Amino acid sequence: MPISAQPGFVSYLLRLGDDRLVLGHRLSEWCGHGPILEEDIALANVALDLVGEATLLLKLAGETESAGRNEDALAYFRDSTEYRNALIAELPKGDFGFTIVRQFFFSVFSLLQMQALQRSSNAELAGIAAKAVKEAKYHVRHSAQWVVTLGDGTEESHARAQAAVDELWRYTGELFLTDAVEQEVASAGLGVDASTLAEPWHAQVEEILRRATLTVPPVSYMQRGGRDGRHTEHLGHMLSEMQIVARSHPGATW
Amino acid sequence: MKRALASRDELLQILDTVMDPEVPVLSVVELGIIRDAVASDEGVVVTITPTYSGCPAMREIETEVRRAIEAQGLGPVEIRTTYSPAWTTDWIDADARAKLEAYGIAPPRPASEDELVPLLRRAASVRCPYCQSRETEQKSVFGTTACKSIWVCNACRQPFEEFKAH
Repeated sequence: MPISAQPGFVSYLLRLGDDRLVLGHRLSEWCGHGPILEEDIALANVALDLVGEATLLLKLAGETESAGRNEDALAYFRDSTEYRNALIAELPKGDFGFTIVRQFFFSVFSLLQMQALQRSSNAELAGIAAKAVKEAKYHVRHSAQWVVTLGDGTEESHARAQAAVDELWRYTGELFLTDAVEQEVASAGLGVDASTLAEPWHAQVEEILRRATLTVPPVSYMQRGGRDGRHTEHLGHMLSEMQIVARSHPGATW
Repeated sequence: MKRALASRDELLQILDTVMDPEVPVLSVVELGIIRDAVASDEGVVVTITPTYSGCPAMREIETEVRRAIEAQGLGPVEIRTTYSPAWTTDWIDADARAKLEAYGIAPPRPASEDELVPLLRRAASVRCPYCQSRETEQKSVFGTTACKSIWVCNACRQPFEEFKAH
């Protein structure tokens, strides 16, 4: 089947790219505000990796779509209802504990997803994934170490880390939702059905939470909507800041 | 009069003069960023691969690659980017590793060895590029550029960077 006959693949690539673009932007908000210099640099580095991965994924989405939109057009000229990131990526950065717990949850997911995508039948996506795997490993290690440090730390750091886990848990279910898009790309060998990543994710995440003396929240209602363009109020505010220069001066170069 | 096309080796020799902007002691050839260079009647096609997805130096590297080939009158230059196989620090050879260490950056460990480091175990110590002591400690996995991490030597008290295995 020619690529142009696979609209599901474009939607899928937007999900992959938007998760990383939105989370990368949220992380970049720490630049100059990190609790210590090394952490300021670390968060900016992770942000750079994520935005870099997003650039490659959105470029591929634009080429596959063949509608004349490049990665910049997709990043700067879509409104929040056209974004396909999971809600967990767009939540405000919160305190350092919240940022770290979210980063840990997403990084474990991203590593599993990219490991599977190295076997994509689309050579370009497989190559992007192979690079992202190397980056995600560093992100997982960095955030996992911090989760343990904070969780198994002082009374204050433990309380904040646990509050972050409790708040974020309801946003983790969406990462593993399956639908027609996930199934289409999985059956075509292009992508991986996110629902297959839930089990290894829970095993890894819960082990680290235990080591961090943090409690795994009970199963409860899970938020959803991002994959279909239904977002929290936070995304629109974030995009207005992220997109203002490109929209105020379209086509500007330097 | 038409002259003979430049060979791959000749092109690589030219590109070996292009230094990485963030690690100026190594050329883009030594770093493994240049994957191929082919001359034809239409010019030169150089294939590069990025080190990290978001490496901000890639655009400058492209500009410098273009400039180096064109300065030899071999242009125009077309740059192609490939992602597969993914760049790895294992492509940095022994000579280049020695240059890194002499410059004050601990060379990368084998990437395959890095695979085996469990999630929460601290990385094994690296050798201080200043005093060669193994009494070193990682201060941060992330450093001043995407490709480096920050260490400190407990023997000579010198902070230094390590080129991350990738």
